[in-house]
Amino acid sequence: MVASDMTADAARGGRTAPAAPLLDVQGLSKRYPGVLALDHVDFSLQPGEVHILFGENGAGKSTMISILAGANRPSDGVIHFRGETVELDSVHHARELGISAVFQEFSLVPQMTVEENLFLGAEHTRFGLLDKGDLHRRAEAILKRLGFPLRPGDRVQHLTRAEQQMVEIAKAFRSELSVLILDEPTASLTERETAQLFGLIEQVKAEGVGVIYITHRMSEIRRIGDRITVLRDGRYIDTVDAKTTDEDELVRLMTGRVIDELFPKVNYAPGASLLTVERLTTQSRNVVDASIEVKAGEIVGLAGLVGAGKSEVARACFGLEPVASGQVTLNNEDVTGLSAKRMLDKGFFYLPPDRREEGLVMMRSVRENVSLPSLDRPPFAVGPLLDRGGERRATAELMERLNLQPPRLERAVDHFSGGNQQKVLLAKSLTREVQVFAFDEPTVGVDVGTRVAIYEFIRDLCEAGAGILLISSDLPEVLHLSNRVYVFYRGEVKAELVGEEITEEAVLRHFFERDAA
Amino acid sequence: MSASETEKATPERRGPDYWLKLLFVRLGVLPFLLVIAVVVFTLLSDNFLTGRNLMNVVRQSVYLTIVSLGQMFALLTGGFDLSVGTILALTSVVGAMVMASVYGAMPEMAGLAIAIGALAGILAGTTIGAVNGIGVAVFNVSPFIMTLGIASVGFGIALYLTGGVPVYGMPIEFGDTFGFGTWFGIPSPIYVAVLFIVLVYFIVNWTRFGRYLYAVGGNIKAARLSGISTRFTLFTTYVICGFLAAVSGMLLTARLDTGEANIGASMPLESIAACVIAGVSLRGGVGRVENVVLGALFIGLVQNGMNLARIESYLQTVVLGGLLILAVVADQIRLRYIANMRD
Repeated sequence: MVASDMTADAARGGRTAPAAPLLDVQGLSKRYPGVLALDHVDFSLQPGEVHILFGENGAGKSTMISILAGANRPSDGVIHFRGETVELDSVHHARELGISAVFQEFSLVPQMTVEENLFLGAEHTRFGLLDKGDLHRRAEAILKRLGFPLRPGDRVQHLTRAEQQMVEIAKAFRSELSVLILDEPTASLTERETAQLFGLIEQVKAEGVGVIYITHRMSEIRRIGDRITVLRDGRYIDTVDAKTTDEDELVRLMTGRVIDELFPKVNYAPGASLLTVERLTTQSRNVVDASIEVKAGEIVGLAGLVGAGKSEVARACFGLEPVASGQVTLNNEDVTGLSAKRMLDKGFFYLPPDRREEGLVMMRSVRENVSLPSLDRPPFAVGPLLDRGGERRATAELMERLNLQPPRLERAVDHFSGGNQQKVLLAKSLTREVQVFAFDEPTVGVDVGTRVAIYEFIRDLCEAGAGILLISSDLPEVLHLSNRVYVFYRGEVKAELVGEEITEEAVLRHFFERDAA
Repeated sequence: MSASETEKATPERRGPDYWLKLLFVRLGVLPFLLVIAVVVFTLLSDNFLTGRNLMNVVRQSVYLTIVSLGQMFALLTGGFDLSVGTILALTSVVGAMVMASVYGAMPEMAGLAIAIGALAGILAGTTIGAVNGIGVAVFNVSPFIMTLGIASVGFGIALYLTGGVPVYGMPIEFGDTFGFGTWFGIPSPIYVAVLFIVLVYFIVNWTRFGRYLYAVGGNIKAARLSGISTRFTLFTTYVICGFLAAVSGMLLTARLDTGEANIGASMPLESIAACVIAGVSLRGGVGRVENVVLGALFIGLVQNGMNLARIESYLQTVVLGGLLILAVVADQIRLRYIANMRD
């Protein structure tokens, strides 16, 4: 009730005078043990505005929206909602006020149906029992209003990622809405679904809802953004107009550096072919008939949306995805379908995108993590036994080279920053002889300084004659470091671009279905 | 108790509270429990803190210590073994039956009968471990279901083989040597336990396999991506766990002088308790051999102390269960402290 009155007020306010802000945040800080994730950030949101939050991974965007959505509590600072100071102590509380967030990580229960998920935690009851008929009708009404082609009775686990995202968005609309927070909502949507979402955003804008929108994509910023607030390393940098600020300026604000400083110059010297993938199809069909090649001394970029097959093709080469047909050749030797262990021995090293999930044993020390892939050889072993002295010396040397901060080899990996954890992951690949490195999202969640260090690390490997596969969703990264790029769409290689052909427009053209345009 | 003592501490003023807390974070709950147990039982009974009684504690703890070492392998990989009790029982029954029949056929060759019987018993127990290993490593059955199911299977087989009656007829030398024998004044089972403690310490800390245990338990995906055969690691883990439980089963048979299907029922709980109290994580990837030995000794100490204090045996199991849960609660509190204290 209260929420609906408020929305009506806001709508009126939005049309008459220069409106009072919906949200006004001052000096917002969030301190985690050892890190200041958010450092006195100011932010305001007008009714009917799309306000973009822009910054690198780890800049504080996620922390910021999780506080505004009530999922996290600030260490410091005040939040005014419609002029009144509020303390958002739970997601539920924020929802009651009309602030709803759609996070990248879905909060859906896969075994439950669409409508059960929609009203999870806000079920309407009669005499203490679920009023299923009413819930069903309301679910249908919401889906119809949003124009989502979903059936309320379908189980969420059977939906595609895009459809699950729609459910997540629909959840925000189950009560009256004043602030909608969207965290990279188009990451897994097709062009057509994206257009639909943007239509929806226009619609709620007109109703006076304020939208906080996180994206990395320049084209989206132009299309729907009104203002952009840039964060870097947890600090507020600037708020600029979305229509008039150009890309170079945004990158400069985001990274604190101009593009040339961020990406090193690489001297490519393509030599003999190291890795060839011919007409590879995986059993799950997330890679279909894909052919790629990596030569010694070059960096080959793989671009495409999440789930487009760019990561899966490397995983299939490394024995992590079952191969249905096609051939993988390394050094003129057929290595199709070999296990990760065998592929390591052949000289192929795959570094996974998610350190916590697949890359590192978080509760063990840096030393144990670094040496793990090579415990069967010197300097880490003597015969069947571990050479603990040799291990200590070798890992110390590697971590000094990669500048681990603080240089404590015996500390659990969990207690390091994201950037330093990434250095530990990279160091693993230097413990043995490797000819082809596959870096899958190598700079996710690291600070700018480490990012530059990682790029230089990759350049050095390339110039030393290794073949590099660079798999990344960060487009500038792929554009500036690769001398050849394959663009993936729905498991297929849509295009191969070489040298001068590698431009943002050229790559993006192959990102989406073309029939929609 | 240690938890409430340290809870009020603040890092800013570094009084004794702070150092207690630091000790708790570093070493876990075990040192606190040990000190409390020793103080309490010394007050309750004059006979507790005597050299003779402490030697008794060590000897009585041998069986649990060896089983706990095996349990630690399973826990390190993120699983556990609920069938250790059954393995003890089956080992005891099979070992005793084979030993008795060989001895019956060749009464003049007691040594040979002992060797063949012990080997057969240990082989039977290890086989159970191998079956667990195949289920967990190859068929991806959760360790909970696999070892729970096998516990029932093995116990049934042991009862079926004996008809529920103890097995007699082993050579007297078996009990005299491995059950009641002493060497330089120290009971012989203690030597066996020390041998396996050293061996396990070596495997866990100085071999590739030992390191892989931690990696598989800590993050099985990262382990696989680092080229580790997770299947082999898991399989071997349960084989070793079964083997150690079987050794313990044979030693206990020597002490009892009979093969029994009813021994070891409390072993799953006690061995998991010993490990958890010693700081082995139920989530896998964390734990130290030396602490597990202390954990098993602690449980032996508590049981011995309660006996001396004439606490009824029914109540003793209440205390044990309570200690296990207390240890897990303390571990949670410790994790929270670690999160707050990292530098």
